[in-house]
Amino acid sequence: MNVLIAIALLLVAAAGLAVVRERDPLRMAIAVSVQGVVLALLFLLLQAPEVAFAQVVVGTIVIPLMTLFAFVKIHGGAR
Amino acid sequence: MTERARRTVLTAGLLGLLALLGWALADLPPFGTSPPTLGGLLAGRSLEDTHATNAVASIVFDYRAADTLGEEFILFAAVAGIALLLRAQRDEVEATSEDAAPGRDVPPTSDAVHLAGVVFSGGAVLLGGYTIVHGHLTPGGGFQGGVVLAGALLMLYVADDYDTFQRITSMRLLEREEAVGAGLFALVGLAGIVGGTGFLANFLPLGTPGRLVSAGTVPLLNLAVGLAVAAGSVLIVDEFLEQALRIRQRS
Amino acid sequence: MTLLAYAVAGWLLLVGIWGIATSRNLLHQILCFSVLHSSSYVLLVAVGYRRDAAPPVFVDAPPGTPVVDPVVQALTMTDSVVGTTVLVLLLALAIQAHKRTGTLDPDELTAVEG
Repeated sequence: MNVLIAIALLLVAAAGLAVVRERDPLRMAIAVSVQGVVLALLFLLLQAPEVAFAQVVVGTIVIPLMTLFAFVKIHGGAR
Repeated sequence: MTERARRTVLTAGLLGLLALLGWALADLPPFGTSPPTLGGLLAGRSLEDTHATNAVASIVFDYRAADTLGEEFILFAAVAGIALLLRAQRDEVEATSEDAAPGRDVPPTSDAVHLAGVVFSGGAVLLGGYTIVHGHLTPGGGFQGGVVLAGALLMLYVADDYDTFQRITSMRLLEREEAVGAGLFALVGLAGIVGGTGFLANFLPLGTPGRLVSAGTVPLLNLAVGLAVAAGSVLIVDEFLEQALRIRQRS
Repeated sequence: MTLLAYAVAGWLLLVGIWGIATSRNLLHQILCFSVLHSSSYVLLVAVGYRRDAAPPVFVDAPPGTPVVDPVVQALTMTDSVVGTTVLVLLLALAIQAHKRTGTLDPDELTAVEG
């Protein structure tokens, strides 16, 4: 159990770094979505299922969707 | 300030923050030994106080229900704020998809996407409704189920095009649903003053723990939050979509 | 192990601040703000964790079993909702800022116009 929690923590740290290092907005949306899923995994391992549910739902439905819509509006879909 | 100077100040600041963080975090109890404070007390008492088997739900909707009321109205205000920010301004006009490419239709979505979207939409409605209604029994609750319900409606946008989606969201139903959700929360709170000991008191009969109708006002508040969050999320996405796909500069 | 959980929370905080300060794109800044916010979630849930304890749901566990702290989970949920709301509002503001000034670079958005 401890090993799993340690792995999940390291994945969360890596996902956070990936979001910050990525400068292309489209890839950033995917990176943030991945970070949401990995955070939900960590919360599940730390025995917090309700917080994990909230994180999955927010990180995969709301945030990438809004980022993509903002990106489409700003760059006019010209990519 | 030049770029180099700014980065130097940033690095110095972050190193200082790191030192302070290390000092503060070293004082926390070791990981895995949560001391027996308020949390332990509430976890022990929540089942007999509220007859809700989900201890987090009983904290969010009974012991600290006022916080959830505030969170509810933050969402309400955010929807209003986004509708204000993303409205068509004076120099913009709301176009249809034809105006951008006259003579060409929006290409219809492929049959596979259509089928998958409809199937997932139905499944998501079921999952969202189940999560909201069982919020006081199992992990989940109003907020999570509400966003899943909003996702079900968004699936319809994926399955078809924006015109279909707008036909659903332009009905006044969504705005009324959000108002009903927020208002129901406040009404249950006021009813607590009349029927119980104070605002947002849990005054309905508590029932047996584990049954669908139990835990007093907790399932009612769950329902209110679920309605408000579902409607609010769809309204927010509709504003963004309208801004991205419809609103153009007046040429 | 003790250090790792809190260290990850601190790491997310520092990385988020660094991302916001060195960003050249308003959308990137907003997502770095999301990373910054997630450090508080990790810290809260990590503080509430208890070794060999069950999740705070008593469907089939008698009310005396050791469970993790439910109060911090309630706090984290509220935190999550408010953080998402703020993020969406920031994205709407970024759209309007781009419409007014044509740029997403925070260095060029320094002038405050009426």
